[in-house]
Amino acid sequence: MLSRREFVTLTCSAILSFSLPAWMVQKVLASFRESSENPKWGIVVDVSKFGRLSYEEMLKVVEVCRREHNIPVIEGKDRIHWIWLSKLSEIFPKNLSEKSRLGDVLVPVFCNHCENPPCVKVCPTGATFKRYDGVVEQDYHRCIGCRYCMAACPYGARSFNWRDPRPYIELVNPEFPVRTAGVVEKCNMCSERIDRGMMPACVEASKGAMLFGDINKLESEIAEILNSDVFLRCKEYLGTEPKVYYLL
Amino acid sequence: MSQFRMLVLCLVPLILAGSIAYYFQLTYGLTVTGMGREVSWGLYISNFTFLVGIAASAVILVLPYYLYSYREFRSLALLGEIVAICAIVMCMLFILVDLGRVDRVLNIIRYPSYTSVMFYDFIVLSTYLLLNIGVVTFILKGRSEIAKLLAVVSIPWAISIHTVTAFIYSGLVARSFWNTAILAPKFLASAFASGASMMIILGMITKKYTGLKIENEALLKLAEIGVFAMVCNLFLAGVEIFTSMYSANPEHVTHYLYLFFGIENYGNLTSMWWISVILGLAAVILLIIPTTRRDKVFLAISSTFILVSVWMDKGLLLIVPAYVPSPTGLIEEYTPTILEILISAGIWALGILLMAFAIRSVSRYKFVLYQR
Ligand code: SF4
Repeated sequence: MLSRREFVTLTCSAILSFSLPAWMVQKVLASFRESSENPKWGIVVDVSKFGRLSYEEMLKVVEVCRREHNIPVIEGKDRIHWIWLSKLSEIFPKNLSEKSRLGDVLVPVFCNHCENPPCVKVCPTGATFKRYDGVVEQDYHRCIGCRYCMAACPYGARSFNWRDPRPYIELVNPEFPVRTAGVVEKCNMCSERIDRGMMPACVEASKGAMLFGDINKLESEIAEILNSDVFLRCKEYLGTEPKVYYLL
Repeated sequence: MSQFRMLVLCLVPLILAGSIAYYFQLTYGLTVTGMGREVSWGLYISNFTFLVGIAASAVILVLPYYLYSYREFRSLALLGEIVAICAIVMCMLFILVDLGRVDRVLNIIRYPSYTSVMFYDFIVLSTYLLLNIGVVTFILKGRSEIAKLLAVVSIPWAISIHTVTAFIYSGLVARSFWNTAILAPKFLASAFASGASMMIILGMITKKYTGLKIENEALLKLAEIGVFAMVCNLFLAGVEIFTSMYSANPEHVTHYLYLFFGIENYGNLTSMWWISVILGLAAVILLIIPTTRRDKVFLAISSTFILVSVWMDKGLLLIVPAYVPSPTGLIEEYTPTILEILISAGIWALGILLMAFAIRSVSRYKFVLYQR
């Protein structure tokens, strides 16, 4: 009934269809293993200190990031943000009363570098990934521009290059890649600076209103604060475990 | 075959226009579409979702014919497999035009990510495509026993393509509008409804213009399946709406409020939602009443209603409200641009052309059909 050729083809496909899933399961399990020796970078935003800065000083935080990372200035639906200013009442609508005096305080908002990043989970090519030190990074050379991560991020932290960004960059910083049209980008916690032993640019420009450090290391300043103060994280109930903390 | 030539003459300009529009999109980037930072998926992904349903619904013909030997579906089953192939080709094209860097699409295979639902969707879609191509080739070669084997194997894959596609959306904690277990069953129900309607219309056309023998009985059976699936679809939609609205979780409610009445001055989807519901209900009523169901004209009309209703419901009405309001509370609406519409129309034209060619050539294999 079956010719030899057909028999071989059918057998091979049967074997493949069983072994492939097994191999995938093994890969998935391997990706869960993680070492606890590594640093885990986090950022604390001191809301009251930040609120006392002048508006220009606040904008500085956004500006240094723009220059450091060649972020184009585009208005409208095609805009690209890595870090932006938002009212406290907008990011914590459930933690403030409607007339709260804190509601109008501006705070910096950026990628939370979630411990359980939904964006990493959904990326079909591994173009967005979590580094050994907890920084969620984006590979602009592997991204295919499907924008699944933008659908998956609960914080609107991601932007897409709807057009070629180059004409919209005033002064190109040659130390950092300029993106092409068609890829997604977002805050990288200044991983290029972290690797050189420096702080993120926004933290440096914040006049002490933002703090950067290793939340795993007990003696670090940031761990000290997190262990003794009350803080808020964006949409904690989603289980994404943000590593950006807003200190009240 | 002058009608056939007419059809080709209508479709080719559409395909050309779509290609030119796509050329513009390649040059200027996706900025030429209506999508933006807040609504980052639009018409392309909507059509993709709808067409996965059409592809999956070949199973409503394949299953009765191959598993239960329902003889009336003899020629329709073959048509269903052809439709599935064309629908998947269209799906893949819709994904390709949606990508920002289409030149890197092979990265999905080069660097597969085993936690991404999209990767699995790619696997099931391609397997299903290959299986269906296999079935059709073996039928035409006269090897019906192998064709039957492949067709039976393809049944679970048909279910899985649509389930996995639903998981793409329902697995996202960020989008409460999608984040519901009911999405996959609702996708299947609406898929079978739209698939049955599509096959009814296609069957009528094929019967009229080719020598393929399609029994009226078969079309009526399809109408029964279609209306049953549509009732399930409407029921599941109602269940979801009740659960969201009554429990009044604000994150779910806002999206429905936007859909039903609009928020503030934003509401460019409201009329579409109401039209979709009314068309769906009208079709169900027309198909349940025996006299209208047996009437050819009414059957065609109600099938069209279902197709349009499901296309809206599983297209823009599914994708866009999940982004409005955005997770950060911003309201930004989405309207497709002309270029976007041209590209989508081009892909549809290409798919229909493919379908027409395939159906015309298999209808010449009559002798094969009757030996199955
Ligand atoms: S905030 Fe968004 S982009 Fe950043 S890690 Fe979390 S999910 Fe990913």
